[in-house]
Amino acid sequence: MNSAPLPPSPVHDRGSPAQPLLVVRDLKKHFPVRGGPLERTKKFVHAVDGVSFSVPKGKTLGIVGESGCGKSTTARLIARLMQADSGSMVFDGEGVDEFGGIRLKEFRRNLQMVFQDSFASLNPRLTIAETIAYGPRVHGMPAAEAKRQAHDLLARVGLAPAQFASRYPHELSGGQRQRVNIARALAFDPRLVILDEAVAALDKSVQAQVLNLLQELKAERQLTYLFISHDLHVVHYISDYVMVMYLGQVVETGPVERIYGQAAHPYTRALLSAVPSMDPDRRTESSPLAGDPPNPINPPSGCRFRDRCPHAHPVCEARTPALIGIAGEPAHQAACHLNDPASGHPGALPETQA
Amino acid sequence: MSAPLVSLQDLSVQFCGHRKASALNAVNIELGAGEVLGLLGESGSGKSVTLRTLLRLHPERTTKIQGKMQVDGQDVLALKGRALDLYRGGTVSMVFQEPGLAFDPVYTIGQQITEAIRAHEAVGEAAARAQALHMLERVQIPQARRRFDAYPHELSGGMRQRAMIALALACKPKLLLADEPTTALDATVQIQVLLLLRELQRETGMSVIFVTHDIGAAVEVADRIAVMYAGRIVEQAAVGDIVRAPRHPYTVGLLAATVGAEHRGQPLQAVPGAPPDLAALPPGCSFAPRCTHASERCRREVPPLTSLGNRAVACWHPVQPVAEAA
Repeated sequence: MNSAPLPPSPVHDRGSPAQPLLVVRDLKKHFPVRGGPLERTKKFVHAVDGVSFSVPKGKTLGIVGESGCGKSTTARLIARLMQADSGSMVFDGEGVDEFGGIRLKEFRRNLQMVFQDSFASLNPRLTIAETIAYGPRVHGMPAAEAKRQAHDLLARVGLAPAQFASRYPHELSGGQRQRVNIARALAFDPRLVILDEAVAALDKSVQAQVLNLLQELKAERQLTYLFISHDLHVVHYISDYVMVMYLGQVVETGPVERIYGQAAHPYTRALLSAVPSMDPDRRTESSPLAGDPPNPINPPSGCRFRDRCPHAHPVCEARTPALIGIAGEPAHQAACHLNDPASGHPGALPETQA
Repeated sequence: MSAPLVSLQDLSVQFCGHRKASALNAVNIELGAGEVLGLLGESGSGKSVTLRTLLRLHPERTTKIQGKMQVDGQDVLALKGRALDLYRGGTVSMVFQEPGLAFDPVYTIGQQITEAIRAHEAVGEAAARAQALHMLERVQIPQARRRFDAYPHELSGGMRQRAMIALALACKPKLLLADEPTTALDATVQIQVLLLLRELQRETGMSVIFVTHDIGAAVEVADRIAVMYAGRIVEQAAVGDIVRAPRHPYTVGLLAATVGAEHRGQPLQAVPGAPPDLAALPPGCSFAPRCTHASERCRREVPPLTSLGNRAVACWHPVQPVAEAA
């Protein structure tokens, strides 16, 4: 890139380095479904149903899952773009929007988001320099300084300010627009950046450029990423921790090597083996899962994966498996009766093999 | 082998709306019966334009097509009226990326397949319905009898794409054009549809042109891959040769940009720059501005697609194959 790096941003650390940057507890969001006039019972889409996780400082948490599993809703709930039905968040040791905690306005400055659709998320009537300067100006930065900062940020993301600053979004390509979105997210010196399918709409060669840029920025500014994607290769590449979601719930979470190497949940294993092989001599011969993800309006009782699971047993219907640590590896958690010797599932191992 | 099923010779397509764009530039494709060709490329590389040109779906007034296009012995560019109607869907049929948009929302799946069959074959309503139902069963739609009377919005994405395939295959075409059929689907559903396409191809022996930007998907179904860039084919070879020993710098870059587990912790080998503007293509090789091997000659002359052993490469300085990397 053709620019001098900006001075590293001051990190306003509140908690200790061991304090996770973000802790989410039991987040829930149910959307009501408009029924016909004759329908008595009101239905709900269980978009996010009791999601808890934490993101360590300076790490990347990848969230994967099929469409409709609640990945994006989770991101929007965290960014407070919509109000959660229940649940709480702790940002670097302080409760978000709670008495004595961090105020919402300040929380939002510390958290920025990059969306999938690079065009829809930019104002078509503002030049890209104005777009980037807009947020800081709302928060009280003088116009001249905001403009200078916008130019610096453009240079940092690889768009020469002299050439690009006065262009409008429709004059840029998809990859360039996504760079603008990233620059805008950085304008507040955030500590947490939520990337919601941020590279999904880009071509492969451009996607690699943007992934490299994200990695550089993370090291330079000590950012923490929440990386949401359905592309398992990209998540494997960029994440330190991975969380797998299915129908609004977390089914497995753990360090990336564990998830991709020794997945403990049948759904994770199926999802990973559904990736097309790159070797023409070893093509996939049978599909790991049949059918589509079930409807989130009336999710099955007990384990939500049971009607597609090859190991399903009556106990899976009777009881919901809890997200518990795998023996010997507490950071790796899975919600499956197979991993819980006390569950009563005949296939459950008394001790997980190493 | 006898005459190929599909043969495109120096096919060029130019859109002359308020802005001129050369979408295809002298594309040559030959496809035998029963062969599966994967067309690989980024957006704007001309993959979908090739398919639409094969079906003559472009508006005639603003599209300039040059070159020759023969499918199953017919000169496609000369087809008119009823012959064109029979050609579309009868000889060549297409599966689109967005099955939600390709179906008519106000008719049931069954009605639409039945209608297609009756438009091509002289059969009665009842026989056509039975045939349509049989097609739905063949694409492994569970409870096909119930889904026959479902409207497109009542089906999930994967089901809709299966129904789309059933519709495309209802008149037993000799050539199936698949335009990113699995891009809009989830990973677990994508692999089901890819396996289904492969199985149906084997059963019916039809030829398939499979357009995708995902190398993995192409590897799963195709015998041969043609890599496209800015409206030209830059490399064409058997799947294994493309994946293991690419010769064109663009193919090399595309493969290197495909993220894998082994890249963790290191920056990716990204191809710099962005694809060229089709309205103003550079005079020489269109990949030259992004290429690390580019020379003066690359910027002046367009490299022809020349055969190199068992493959074809359009490059003045093809990359030397490295001894099988570990």
